[in-house]
Amino acid sequence: MSDLIHASAVELAAQIANKTVSAVEVAQAHLDRIAEVDGRVNAFLYVDGDGALEQARAVDHAVASGQALSPLAGVPLALKDVLTQTGVPTTAGSKILEGWRPPYDATVVERLRDAGVVILGKTNMDEFAMGSSTENSAYGPTHNPWDLERIPGGSSGGSAAAVSAYEAPLAIGTDTGGSIRQPAAVTGIVGAKPTYGAVSRYGLVAFSSSLDQAGPFARTVVDTALLHSVIAGHDPRDSTSIKEPVPDVVGAAKSADVSKMRIGVVRELSGEGYQPGVQARFDEAVELLRAQGAEIIEISCPSFTYALGAYYLIAPSECSSNLARFDAMRFGLRTDDNGELSAEDVMRHTRAAGFGPEVKRRIILGTYALSSGYYDAYYGQAQKVRTLITRDFEAAWASVDVLISPTTPTEPFRIGERVNDPVAMYKADLCTLPSSLYGGPAISVPIGLGDENLPVGLQVMAPVMADDQVYRVASAVEKALAQQWGGLLLDQAVAL
Amino acid sequence: MSAPLIDFDEVIANFDPVLGLEVHVELGTASKMFCGCATEFGAEPNTQVCPTCLGLPGSLPVVNGTAVESAIRIGLALNCSIASWCRFARKNYFYPDMPKNFQTSQYDEPICFEGYLDVDVETDEGTRTFRVEIERAHMEEDTGKSLHVGGSTGRIHGADFSLVDYNRAGIPLIEIVTKPLEGAGKYAPEVAKAYVGALRDLLRGLGVSDVKMEQGSLRCDVNLSLRTSPDAPLGTRTETKNVNSLRSVERAIRYEMQRQAALLADGTAIIQETRHWHEDTGVTTSGRVKSDAEDYRYFPEPDLVPVAPSAEWIEQLRSQLPEPPAERSKRLRQEWGISEKEMQSVINAGALDLVLATIAEGADPAASRKWWLGELARRANDEGVELESLAITAKQVADLEALVQSGRLNDKLARQVIDGVLAGEGEPAAVADSRGLQIVSDDSALLAAINEAIAADPDAAQKIRDGKVAAAGALVGAVMKATQGQADAGRVRELVLQELGQ
Amino acid sequence: MSAISRDDVAHLASLARIELTEQELNDYAGQLDVILTAVASISEVAADDIPPTTHAVPVVNVFREDVVTPSLDRDSVLDHAPAAEDGRFRVPRILDEE
Repeated sequence: MSDLIHASAVELAAQIANKTVSAVEVAQAHLDRIAEVDGRVNAFLYVDGDGALEQARAVDHAVASGQALSPLAGVPLALKDVLTQTGVPTTAGSKILEGWRPPYDATVVERLRDAGVVILGKTNMDEFAMGSSTENSAYGPTHNPWDLERIPGGSSGGSAAAVSAYEAPLAIGTDTGGSIRQPAAVTGIVGAKPTYGAVSRYGLVAFSSSLDQAGPFARTVVDTALLHSVIAGHDPRDSTSIKEPVPDVVGAAKSADVSKMRIGVVRELSGEGYQPGVQARFDEAVELLRAQGAEIIEISCPSFTYALGAYYLIAPSECSSNLARFDAMRFGLRTDDNGELSAEDVMRHTRAAGFGPEVKRRIILGTYALSSGYYDAYYGQAQKVRTLITRDFEAAWASVDVLISPTTPTEPFRIGERVNDPVAMYKADLCTLPSSLYGGPAISVPIGLGDENLPVGLQVMAPVMADDQVYRVASAVEKALAQQWGGLLLDQAVAL
Repeated sequence: MSAPLIDFDEVIANFDPVLGLEVHVELGTASKMFCGCATEFGAEPNTQVCPTCLGLPGSLPVVNGTAVESAIRIGLALNCSIASWCRFARKNYFYPDMPKNFQTSQYDEPICFEGYLDVDVETDEGTRTFRVEIERAHMEEDTGKSLHVGGSTGRIHGADFSLVDYNRAGIPLIEIVTKPLEGAGKYAPEVAKAYVGALRDLLRGLGVSDVKMEQGSLRCDVNLSLRTSPDAPLGTRTETKNVNSLRSVERAIRYEMQRQAALLADGTAIIQETRHWHEDTGVTTSGRVKSDAEDYRYFPEPDLVPVAPSAEWIEQLRSQLPEPPAERSKRLRQEWGISEKEMQSVINAGALDLVLATIAEGADPAASRKWWLGELARRANDEGVELESLAITAKQVADLEALVQSGRLNDKLARQVIDGVLAGEGEPAAVADSRGLQIVSDDSALLAAINEAIAADPDAAQKIRDGKVAAAGALVGAVMKATQGQADAGRVRELVLQELGQ
Repeated sequence: MSAISRDDVAHLASLARIELTEQELNDYAGQLDVILTAVASISEVAADDIPPTTHAVPVVNVFREDVVTPSLDRDSVLDHAPAAEDGRFRVPRILDEE
């Protein structure tokens, strides 16, 4: 049974389709694994055993009756607790939503169901996706399966850890400034942020609307691409959803051909602040790509230096407005409603009790950045920087097909190490912020272990709607390294 | 509760009013502004809600294309420029009836801007046209409705708690804002009323809203300030909310002018505040003080993409606009053969659309005007409601007139039928039946009454026999009295003369 | 720019409807100052001639047809409300008028 949890999504889907194993057996094996290790990892906030087995039975029924199956039918998945699922608790990692069961499905959830993907449960996250370590969850931190003392990255740390700890072969995360790529890198798996607008945001509890994007996690690039292809596509319920067809990410991942590709190395995303081990693994990956026939070109993107500043004004500004609805009137937590306090005071008390410190900090910061007299200097200025960053990307596309960098400047830090230093925490996103602000696709793929024997990731960034290109490059790196290592990086982790 | 006032003439002698009107129009779209929920008025509470209009976590808005089209058509009809590119913005403030705690609105990029509407007002020197300049018309969404429970007044103050219904939340609104209206002097209340009335007719003509003020589908806020002379700097203004009938627009402005003038005359400063108009007591009371702390933190709505109407689309909508009200009124005046003043009285009574609808139902123009401006206007005035709010439809008025034309009713009986229709007794014909209202046209029944009248007044009968036919009036009157007005007086006269050999 | 005081934070918290403790007011004042100093560099770039980017993907005119779609079942909504009565959401007494 245990090899069911180590199998890839592709393998599981094939075995379920040819009846070597049932979807129920696959689901049960993963539920057992969760029961075995999640007490130490804390990747899940809610395990929906009954729901998962019911979905698995439906897939088995479809198999038995000879119905056509989607490529991921019967494969289990961990869902970040920021996406709504009808009747299933959805907390966004916050106390203010404790006990809320949404009356509707996110579009992503609808697509997963339609594809026969089995949702095991909801995963831990930084409260409202604000954080880079999953320490900001109201429900306790998630632990990195490579070293339980370390952070699994964030904000989608629960989803990344679940895949890394073999609790699920697939997971959904969301990425606002790096919240898929950064946890993927530090847990030694693959994670992709699709082009903004490629995956519907309907049902995604908003943090920063102009940046939020849901995306896939898996242990292999092809699995990641398959999940991407299931959840992406136009949705009329999201006004910012892209109408053009989804690029052939699966085909690109399978081809892994980078010969004749022009790959740009971003000069600004290296040097001071980057751990030597991270830089060394990155340099080796560059050589692997060159060896496969890619042309490597150094590219300067001077505006990337300002991405951190722009991001930490735009995201808090939008969040201060998006989170206003958590007011104790229609859903979720309500405190101190003693008949004496007014609605206004109950709102104040509930928001004080229901939001954690980082969320409050960002709401206050965003309220400041939007307030009259400061708007132009902060929010307005940050939007202009966004334009400059986009121009840097556009200029790069004149000479290269993709840009690459380390995914994170450092290996995962220890739990608790940066909680009192917001700015140091924010720097974990240094490499991932530019493409978030630009809106183009980006992926993180494992490229080895750093100075502290912990995972290091390579980030590949591409033009808007050229998601296939990031999969192509990531797959080439994965293939070359698999030959060196005789398998995946994750095979080198100490078993839990 | 009521403030000291000074006489209106005295206000005008000492002050110059400056007005600004903000009108909110609920569009008559089938679905809401940003979601597919129905917009029906009067549905059971919270049955027309979804994740989006309830502001549930994860929900997203999508713009109703028909609402945008309506906004553009309104702008064109108000002679506005239409933005070639504009965005929605979030207006951030907390309020329990606002699900997201921000209103999706437009800020510095309204879809329509810089227009005007001309209105005619009767002045001492005859009809005068005032141009009301429109600053902007923008798209936004309505809020839910709160029911304040407990406390003595039933109003918000002193309530124990509130019950909120979000059916109205998310219904498309167009907010039409005028530029400061100056130079109207003592006619300011009338100009404002004429503007709101003209706007209502224009919106109804466009078919974009049912513009029912009493149901809140057209709501008016009035900004008013006074200054000592047209050259003096603008005074501090108040914003009076909840002015929800044409009569109230005029009354509220008149009241607020008198109230402010009394304060200013007394050397007291006007407080910049929101005030509430109370239709029942005819006064405004102080609401929220507009503080500097108010900061809506507007920013472009990231969940919606910009609206960029093409020139072709705008021109297509322009070509399909109905006839402008001013031209229409000129044309109708000629068709009906009435004077400008007569036409003005139809418009001022808010009767034009009702008269037209009645004509469309088959009545002739003169009769349609007669009913709406005569008997029905009197009833509306007695009840203190707008003409259009009377519980009688254009179709019913046309049917009533048809009954008169067919000889079944005379005017006196028709008025009794109106009583019945207004009392909810049914259609005119049914009311006439159930109340037994019918001109007595049976000659034998009339002859019996005539012979009784002749017997009762032999002198008059003899005079007629002698050829003094004018004496017939007394006998006809007696017969009409005996038949309780249900006889056709003309027929009675014929029969009286016939009986007496004339 | 910057130099955020405790009173500034108190005003912002009031706008954002969050009751903050004295400790939080002081902590956030210090932290926001640090954050704003860290992001201050953005004022060095992006001159007046740079247009702001509000949407990553430049599309316009995304409209929905004016068609009624089913609403939620009222019970499924009110069941998860903190308080409900008579088919409505029950909320504490409202002080401000809007």
